[in-house]
Amino acid sequence: MRDAVGTVQSLLVLGGTSEIAAATARRLVADRARRVVLAARDPAGAEPLAGELRSAGATDVEAVRFDATDFDSHRAFVEEVFDRHGDIDCVLVAFGLLGDQDELMRDEAAAVGVVQSNYAGAVSVSVPLVERLRVQGHGTIVYLSSVAGERARKSNFVYGSSKAGLDAFAQGLGDALQGSGVQVMVVRPGFVRTKMTAGLEEAPLATDADAVAEAIATGLRRSADTVWVPAPLRIVMSALRHLPRPVFRRLDI
Amino acid sequence: MVEARAADAVADAVSGAGARGVLARGLGRSYGDAAQNAGGRVVDMRSLAAVREVDADAGTAVVDAGLSIEQLVRLLVPMGLFPPVVPGTWHVTIGGAIAADVHGKNHHRDGSFCEHVEWLDLLTPQGQRVRVTRSDDRELFEATAGGMGMTGIVLAARLRLLRVESAYVAVDRERAGDLDDAMSRMSERDDDYRYSVAWIDCLARGGRLGRSVLIRGDHADAGAAQRSSSNGALAFPGGARLAAPPWTPSGLLRRSTVRLFNEAYYRAAPAREVGRLEHMRSFFWPLDSVRNWNRIYGPSGFLQYQLVVPQGREDALRGALERLSDAGCPSFLAVLKRFGGQNGLISFPLEGWTLALDVPAALPGLSRLLDGLDELVAEAGGRVYLAKDSRLRPELLPAMYPRLSEWRAIVERLDPAGVMRSDLARRLDLR
Repeated sequence: MRDAVGTVQSLLVLGGTSEIAAATARRLVADRARRVVLAARDPAGAEPLAGELRSAGATDVEAVRFDATDFDSHRAFVEEVFDRHGDIDCVLVAFGLLGDQDELMRDEAAAVGVVQSNYAGAVSVSVPLVERLRVQGHGTIVYLSSVAGERARKSNFVYGSSKAGLDAFAQGLGDALQGSGVQVMVVRPGFVRTKMTAGLEEAPLATDADAVAEAIATGLRRSADTVWVPAPLRIVMSALRHLPRPVFRRLDI
Repeated sequence: MVEARAADAVADAVSGAGARGVLARGLGRSYGDAAQNAGGRVVDMRSLAAVREVDADAGTAVVDAGLSIEQLVRLLVPMGLFPPVVPGTWHVTIGGAIAADVHGKNHHRDGSFCEHVEWLDLLTPQGQRVRVTRSDDRELFEATAGGMGMTGIVLAARLRLLRVESAYVAVDRERAGDLDDAMSRMSERDDDYRYSVAWIDCLARGGRLGRSVLIRGDHADAGAAQRSSSNGALAFPGGARLAAPPWTPSGLLRRSTVRLFNEAYYRAAPAREVGRLEHMRSFFWPLDSVRNWNRIYGPSGFLQYQLVVPQGREDALRGALERLSDAGCPSFLAVLKRFGGQNGLISFPLEGWTLALDVPAALPGLSRLLDGLDELVAEAGGRVYLAKDSRLRPELLPAMYPRLSEWRAIVERLDPAGVMRSDLARRLDLR
């Protein structure tokens, strides 16, 4: 159960090898999280983090296989996790691909791969997930969206459009779940320095995985619907959203 | 949510409970998640509120579990009777009072609520209605007293009552300059009073750490009460109450305002005052006169924290107070009190000192502060109150409640299928 100050005791991470996910798992285990399931395409890759979480005090940590684009496996995956581990207080949906915009526009299969993973995969796994959370009557799903979904940019619009889809899905889901005891939190980080963005030019207000983890922990404490990281991005993006297209397309972002 | 229109409806609710189990709920005044059951069934006990019998000669009453302390008090006082133990709010049902084995200002002398329960009717998790007496079913009685609803649903109970001559309490007040002063005055003279608490200033630091106002008294006799009331000694007025409106400013509880309030409250208390008559309502349940009083804490709300440390570990109590005062924890409702012995297997009270306080949930660093206090308390052989808890680290539970394994074994035997469930039990791995 999540307690009165929003700390969670059990956590399911989808995308267990993502740096933001790892930082968030560390942060939540430092509080109270004792049962952690790290789901990743390559569970062996999540083992080092699993070991780290165990030595930080988590009593029940397991790395399991999860493939975001193997849609047919999602229902059985969710059933098994809940049957084996019991109530899950928080699910972090953290998997995602960025891709190189220019390359994606030359390779339609790769472009579809980004969309399949970031958007379709999240929708697919969410359906059985929500069913189980409704039955247990509590829990929070945290979706890692992005400011890239807030307004499409010429530099990353395949990724951005997938996050826009995810973001819209999560918002609607959160409203649909009102009164069920299940909550949805949408996290919109800006530029986060991770291996996914290594080599890219840093955007203004760049942040790191630990800051995102901290913002997620704070958001859980406040039962927030939306979390921007860093917080001032909310204002920046609001301004960008209202820029006329002819002006916006001239910006080098 | 299922309404308990009759005992049969409760039995149906229990037998038809699904995988997420069932839980009884009274007036919902537990500060944490003791009366919640996410995804499962909750039985609203408030309609099961009949008074079956009052035996004025024997001084006992048989009442349904959904009856509130308020209803009971309003019925009994005009008859010259009073519940033997009343908690700090009267919006508590008899079933809730048993499940949390509540205590009052008289714990040092009269013990907790369940000590005055002669028997209780329990609907077991298996659906049988059994009468549980302390002598014949000691094990089940002690597991139910303070058992947080995990042994079944209490349907009714027979209570031993106290005789009173008036609806007034004769109150003595005195100031204590620091914690040692407060504790030694309480140790020395508490036994002379039925009721005794100390309001304690959590923001006072250094040499004034623990400065308090001692508030002690006993039921006033008819003669004294007659002189001060035109309505008769046993009159119990209902009537309008104050209310904190929805627009109550949430900034009221800043450190500065609480400091001012605490200073004023301490100064306003007489150095020594004897025998002042106070009506029961304001003596026992001052906050119940202000509807929605919790609004002063603003939208982020507050946590209630109550600890007890055993006699002889006053150092841990001092340590806890020091940490609270160093953290500048703005609580204007901090209460210190001496406890007598323990009753149920996992009842909260234990012989020693208890400290209860409200803490604004928005206080920065609150989780770590309270986690630290938990460890201090557990190390000292003390514990926190489950009915008020909302954030304890589950690992500390066995240390705080040494008879937990005994209790668990009984509950396991009684309810192997895990029919009785609550969010509190899930969060703390209680059973």
